[in-house]
Amino acid sequence: MTAATLTAPTAPAAEGRIGLRGNLRHIGALVRRNLLWIRQDPESMFDAILFPIVFCLLFVFVFGGAIAGKGHQEQYVNYVVPGLMAMMGMNIAMGVGTGFNQDFQTGVMDRFRSLPIARSSVLIAKITVEIGRMLVATAILLGVGFSLGLSVADVTGLFEAIGLAMVFGSSIMWIFLTMGVVMKSAQAIQGMGFLVLMPLQFGSSIFSPPSTMPGWLKAFTDYNPLSTLADAARGLMNGGLPVAHDVLITLIWSAVITAVMAPIAIRKFTTKT
Amino acid sequence: MAADTLVGMTRIDNNPSDAAPDAAVTVRGLVKHYGETKALNGVDLDVREGTVLGVLGPNGAGKTTLVRCLSTLITPDAGQATVAGYDVVRQPRQTRRVIGLTGQYASVDEKLSGYENLYMIGRLLDLPRKEARARADGLLERFSLTEAAKRPASTYSGGMRRRLDLAASMIGHPAVLYLDEPTTGLDPRTRNEVWTEVKRMVAEGATVLLTTQYMEEAEQLASELTVIDRGKVIAGGRIDELKAKVGGRTLRIRPADPMELRPTATALDEFGLTGPGNATVDTETGTVLVPILSDEQLTAVVGALTARGITLADIATELPSLDEVFLSLTGHKASAPQDASPAREEVAA
Repeated sequence: MTAATLTAPTAPAAEGRIGLRGNLRHIGALVRRNLLWIRQDPESMFDAILFPIVFCLLFVFVFGGAIAGKGHQEQYVNYVVPGLMAMMGMNIAMGVGTGFNQDFQTGVMDRFRSLPIARSSVLIAKITVEIGRMLVATAILLGVGFSLGLSVADVTGLFEAIGLAMVFGSSIMWIFLTMGVVMKSAQAIQGMGFLVLMPLQFGSSIFSPPSTMPGWLKAFTDYNPLSTLADAARGLMNGGLPVAHDVLITLIWSAVITAVMAPIAIRKFTTKT
Repeated sequence: MAADTLVGMTRIDNNPSDAAPDAAVTVRGLVKHYGETKALNGVDLDVREGTVLGVLGPNGAGKTTLVRCLSTLITPDAGQATVAGYDVVRQPRQTRRVIGLTGQYASVDEKLSGYENLYMIGRLLDLPRKEARARADGLLERFSLTEAAKRPASTYSGGMRRRLDLAASMIGHPAVLYLDEPTTGLDPRTRNEVWTEVKRMVAEGATVLLTTQYMEEAEQLASELTVIDRGKVIAGGRIDELKAKVGGRTLRIRPADPMELRPTATALDEFGLTGPGNATVDTETGTVLVPILSDEQLTAVVGALTARGITLADIATELPSLDEVFLSLTGHKASAPQDASPAREEVAA
């Protein structure tokens, strides 16, 4: 290897710039890494698989009767499943932060950061894999929903609802990625995450119509982006309701969160010592 | 020279004018502060192509900070550093193309197998799939990991992990390899295992910057040595030069009366016999250490002490170890001053 040691690497990137193809290749290699993790450690999929099952059953059978009236559980399925779709993204997003944080505890992040790759590709690969996990969670949720009598008025609407939940969920991931870089431990992120997510999730139209809530809480739920997303998903799946406004507001929320948090996440990640 | 085959332009221009013509790494006045802590306080050094420079220093001396600056993981506050002609601050991407890094902790993905680790890094270094596969297989073979290739790295022994780590840093055929305390925390047998690999890489012409706190390791692997302490270079040169600098041999003198330790040292200093170094007092063992250059000096030392009326309990000559080199250079022992945790010592804050 005498000569080889002193030769330049094969890639001819001009003055170190990384082209789009190079970036995609790097992201691909890192996505593969994350997928191999799942194979190695299938338990890491528990949140994506069990969470939708447990929440769906719990809410339909335990609270469904109380919220929608005894014997109206089926109506409640149609109400809560689109809402749970909105919620699913949050829980998966939290996993991004904790997983990312653990990478920093080992030296592997140093290795990535000393390689000639765009540092954002590490983040983007992570988000790509998590969107995949979100899709798995959504598929399982819908499977359970259908077996409990979920009816979808409009198949196109169903896919639009899924798409919308993905877009919003991935914008939330940037927040958790930032926390994953900044905060000291995975436990801290989890604790903090629950503290913020719980009020957001329950103080929304996900589980019950805000019309029964006191005025101050209703004011909160009206502005809660999770309500907007849940209402939009509900309208798209159940049909018959005007959804354009809710969809638009959700997309604006996603765009704003991404526009603010993605640069912060990349910056924090790049400058972390 | 590696330089000319590299993609970049502007490369040689970056080297400071006083840099050695064959310098692969040149560091001038590098400074990095963490609040009050001066992790690097104006470090100068050169690594010549095809050689191993040992950077020797105790915990907290700034070794890891130096490596992290040189591998673009942190930005220095002042000073200049070039690697294969690239400025680490202004040309981080180019720098990353020409370096390989093995940290204090095996920086491999424990959940992936050895093969998958190497394949992933090959792909991240833009090797085509087929080449990445071949390179991974080749390096696994070379570092005797073929049998464990398919097992997750978490099942590897400490030595196997370090070997995988070394293999990972070799994938891109780096012009310069950083080994940051490659054997810290390894048992002696495993340490030998890693040394054997490093020696082989060196024999094949690798340019290496090795940090260590083990004198023995520097002696085994490095041809040149830079001794750093508290963020500053306190000595540098070929290892034998450094040894000569503090004397060919060391006299260990034990006065019969421990109270006479200091007077003994003073007497020797005044006598001017101590050649290139000064007499140092080792209170722990109750001895005075004096570097000497010849038998005549040995005789003269004894004569001088007798003339002062100092009674000796014991006198012995020894070859100076690098520990003693360090002791006589810094005036304190080459051990952690207060920092008990070897972990990420210099990266705090």
